This record gives sequence, structure tokens and C-alpha cells, in this order.
Amino acid sequence: MSLDLALQYLVAGLTYGSIYAVVAIGFNIVYSATGIINFAQGEFVMLGGMISVSMARVVPLPVAIAAAVLATAAVGALVEVALLRWLGKPTILRMVVITIGASILLREVALALWGEGVRSLPYFTGDEVTSVGLLGARLSPQVFWVLGSVALMVAALEWFYRRTLLGWEMRACAANKDAAALCGVPVRRLVTLSFAMAAAIGALAGAVVSPITYTSYAAGGPLAIKGFTVAILGGLGNSGGAVAAGLGLGVVESFAVSVLPAAYKDVVTLTLLLAVLVVRPSGLFASGEAARLKEF
Amino acid sequence: MRPVRLAVLATLSVLATSRPAAAAAAEEVTIGALLSVTGPAAFLGAPEARTLEMLTEQVNARGGIAGHRVRLIVKDTGGSPEKAVSFAKQLIDEEKVFAILGPSTSGETMAVKAIAEEARTLLISLAAAEVIVNPVASNVFKTAQKDSHAAALIFQDMKKRGITRIAVFSSNTGFGKAGKEQIAKLAPDFGIQIVLDEVYDKAATDLSAEATKLKGSNAQAVLNWSIEPAQSILVKNIRQLGISIPVYQSHGFGNLAYVKAAGPAAEGVIFPLGRLAVADALPASNPQKAVLVAYRDAYQKKFGEEVSGFGGYAWDAFQLLALAIEKVGLDRAKVRSALESTQGFVGQSGVFTFSPTDHNGLGMDSFEMLTVKNGRFVPLGN
Repeated sequence: MSLDLALQYLVAGLTYGSIYAVVAIGFNIVYSATGIINFAQGEFVMLGGMISVSMARVVPLPVAIAAAVLATAAVGALVEVALLRWLGKPTILRMVVITIGASILLREVALALWGEGVRSLPYFTGDEVTSVGLLGARLSPQVFWVLGSVALMVAALEWFYRRTLLGWEMRACAANKDAAALCGVPVRRLVTLSFAMAAAIGALAGAVVSPITYTSYAAGGPLAIKGFTVAILGGLGNSGGAVAAGLGLGVVESFAVSVLPAAYKDVVTLTLLLAVLVVRPSGLFASGEAARLKEF
Repeated sequence: MRPVRLAVLATLSVLATSRPAAAAAAEEVTIGALLSVTGPAAFLGAPEARTLEMLTEQVNARGGIAGHRVRLIVKDTGGSPEKAVSFAKQLIDEEKVFAILGPSTSGETMAVKAIAEEARTLLISLAAAEVIVNPVASNVFKTAQKDSHAAALIFQDMKKRGITRIAVFSSNTGFGKAGKEQIAKLAPDFGIQIVLDEVYDKAATDLSAEATKLKGSNAQAVLNWSIEPAQSILVKNIRQLGISIPVYQSHGFGNLAYVKAAGPAAEGVIFPLGRLAVADALPASNPQKAVLVAYRDAYQKKFGEEVSGFGGYAWDAFQLLALAIEKVGLDRAKVRSALESTQGFVGQSGVFTFSPTDHNGLGMDSFEMLTVKNGRFVPLGN
């Protein structure tokens, strides 16, 4: 394979990989604060895309995206308050099943509101055929927007968790909910906040990615599965790990297409997941010790 | 239970479950439809459902088919063969439909073909694959043009341009698989070698890696066979990589929404389609022109959206069924025979002539080769 072609495969892999990574980050935020895997995360990404497309018809693009992010954050908070907060005995299994139900509900609402067609935002810079050359490979400028947003999100989350009081409080909830409550941390409100944050991040990702992948009412499901895979690979709760795992997985998938028939792309992903789980069940980047202390 | 009470209960339940006897009017004819109104094949099923609703309204306003009011039952299969099977059984066993129009896709049709044949219920499919009518099942017909004809027409055009090496991409649906087989079968007849043959998932959202594989091959043209938005995504990814070889699509590309979704990447894409999209460009002598224009205007007036050739398949199926019923009345075996002997019916998808060995009734001339210019479909000028 020539260097040019290899570079092109790398770029293609980074494109998908970044899409998986952002969905995984959303899973991690909720998991960190609550121990729940929120299977409605894919729908938050879908809602971000759909709402911003509708809003972009009446307001300028950045405003439309901001509105979509806020609206989806509200939906995320609503899901938590309406469906999860009132559980008397919140077992993990029960909460997973409820979030799957929420994802189905959101999908059907999206179908009723927007119909079955596919939509996308216009490319932020250029259009469907613009591409920039980078060391012999060609890629759409939208890929830079996606990678840039992912980097920004990870940086913002790192700052939030390490440098703000609210972030510390959320980490306290994740470590030990009861002890945190005893220390005066408003646990219930932080759980709602974590859902809202995950929804907001998912929505931003959905908006930025929609020119590349299009979005439709059913786009959430496959995204959630891939994102969940990547979150596990990177170690649940580890956002940096999710990004590394996501990009890595995307690149592996892309190079797999160069040697195997493209139809086996998903086979490669899942085989890799199984292999990693057998060898390092806590994920590639999680510390084994910390993992042993977690429930899941 | 005491005998009187039992008798009263029995009488009430018989009354409750029996259909009220129709008054002086002739009996209703119940027509079932299995359409993929939502899901990845929604571009097929949604216009088909709307067309059938429009035609049902029109026909009932005139007093029905041969005086029989039409009761249309549309089931949304979401493009899933499993749902198609269960709805087919429901329509046949519970609703006791006279005939079934649909399904919209090849995969679903192949799943229900045997069921309809066994139940001796007329099934007029709206899907493309040749295998639906080859081997012929006596109760199964189809109105969409055959994928084998589409492929042959495409190969003819390629041969004219001197193309000998192509890359084939297809989706993992019934339509994609059937198309892939026809392509592989017919390519050698036109001196064309397939240098790359890839299958992608129907829900694929990015095909850059596949496009990269194309870049590394020595293909002179691309042929894509699918009905999903992946049609637009693939073209986009190919052009973004700076690959400028001709891109051919199947007749699944025949919806302007795919063109809009692909933006400038769709320019110059070549594909075969029924004449509905270019009805205005046809000469007045063309036998289909009047029928096409009437349907297009009625559809656009009623629904406020662009008409689609896929809706045309449903139009043809409904009208062919109505014609047969008008000829021979509500006898299933007679209607089947009448349909099978229909000749020269001018429809949206072409001019139909059925026979016991040909349950599709269309030839290669039912297609027009089109291309995309400035975001619209225009005939491929040579």
C-alpha cells in the first residue's frame, strides 16, 4: 500500500472513530456520576442533529446548534427526573431497561415530529465535494470540525472534573454516593445534571457530525451500540480512554476494509471487543485496581 | 350456566361478531397493502402509501371498482421482512383481503412470496428483483421494472463509453444482494470485468474506507446498488477523495431527496429510471406521456411534494388490479387470469404486457437513462 493510500485509510478511520468517541463520552459522563449505562445516549445525539436542522431554518447556524444543545439537555434532564428518580430500589438492570425504554420513546416521538426522511445541516465550511489535501490524503473540512469539537469537549470535561467544585462533587458521587451525601453533596441534583451534560454533549456531537452521516429518527440505535462498545473498550468512566479507544477502533476498522471485504467491518469491531474483554475486562485504559472497586 | 342465559349469551356473541349485512349496495372489496412507510426504505413506501390512498379516494368517489367500494388496509412493515411476513399472514387470515399490493422491497417480497402463493392470494409486488417473478409463481406479479434490465441498460452505456473495469458496491438488503447477482451474471456479456466488489451495511453512515479502497483500485467506473441514503453518502465520499470516474446508480436513486442530500456530489450520476421524472421532456407521441403527467399533477396537488417513480409502482399495481376486477368481477381465480392476460396497459413504470411466463410485463424499454444536472433529473443526452 502506498503511503498516500495508507494515510487516506487513516483519515477515514479517524472520521468514524471521532463519531464513536463522542457517543462514548456521553456514556461515560452518566456512568461516572451514577453507575448507569444510559442507552438513550444515541437518541440524544440524534435529537441534537434533528433539532438543529429544524432550527437552522429560522436562525443562524451557531444559534441553531446552541438551541439544540440546550433543548436536548432539557430532554436529558427530563428523562432522568421523570423516569429514573422515582425508582424505589434502583438496581442497575432496572435502570438499563428503563433507559432502553426511554430510547424507544424518544425515537417514536422523533418519528412523529419529523417523519421518516433523512436530514443534515449544511457543511460548516465548503460543501459536499470540498476537500482539503493533507500530506497526500484528501478529507472534508467537516472532519476537522468534528475532531476539533471532540478535543474541545474532552478538554472542557477534564477542566470541569478537576478544577471546579461541581466537578469534584460529581466525582464524589461516583466514588461513593452515601458518603458524598453525608458530606452535603446534593446527589439527586447532580445525577440530573450528569444526564443533562451527557445529553448536551451528545447533541453537539450530533449537530457537528450530521453533514457527514445524515441523521434520521432511527439514527440513534446503531450509534449507541458502537458508542457503548467504545466506552467499554476504553474503560467505563474514562473519557480520555474513550477518545483513544474510539479513534483506535475507527482506524482498525478502516484498515480492516483494506484487506478484508468491507462486509466484515462490524465483525472486526466485535471480535476486537471480545478479545479485549477477555484479556483486560476493565477496558484498555482503566486501571485494574480502580476497576475492581467499581460495581459494574 | 342456566340454559336461557346461555342462549342469550350465545345469540349476543353471534350478533356481535358477525358483519352487518350490507344493505342494497354491492359488497366491499378489501385490498391489503404491505409498504415500508417508515425505516430505511421509507422513500419507497411513503409515496406508495400516499398514492394508494389517493387512488382509493378517487375510485370510491366514482362508486368503487365495478360498483364495489374499496377498503384499503395499509400495514407499515418498516422494511423488515419479518414484519412483512407477520402482516401478510394477518391480512390473509384475519382481514381476508382480496389481494395484496406490495411489499415495497425485494427482501420483503421474497419472504412473503411463498405465503401468498400457498394461500392463493394475489400478490402484486412493487419491488425490483427479478427473482420475484423468476421462477414464476402463479399468484405473484410485480410492477417495478426488473433489476436485470436496469443492469443491462447500465452495461450498455458503459460499453458505449469503452469502460471495461468497474467497482461494484451494494447494500446488504434483498435489493442489493439480488442486484449484485444480476450484475455479476450480466457483466461478462458486455466485456466488463468487476475489479472490486464490496457490500456495506444498509445503515452505514460513512463509507470513506470503502471509497479509499476504490481509490487504490484501477476501476474506471463505479456501480452502486442500494435503496438507502447510503447511495448519497457513497457518492459524497467518493468525490471528497478527489475521485472523478463516472458513478452509476440503480433505479433506487430515483428520488430527488437523494440528490439534495448529496448536493454537488450528485452531479453527473447516471442511472436508469421510469419516465415519470422526465415526463415533460417526452415527445407528445409517447404513449405514456398523458398518463404520467396526470398522475404527477394529481399527486403534487394533493400532497404538495414531488411525485416519485416509486409511488408510480403502486399506481400501476392498483390500476391493473382494478382493471382486472372490472373485467371479470370479484372472483379470485378469474381476476388472476385476467391480470395475467393484460396486454398493452399504459402505466407509470412502462407499458405492461403480461403472460403466463412473464409476470412483470415490462422490458428494457420501460427505462430511460437519466443523469443529474444542476440538481434535477434530465435525460442522458448522447
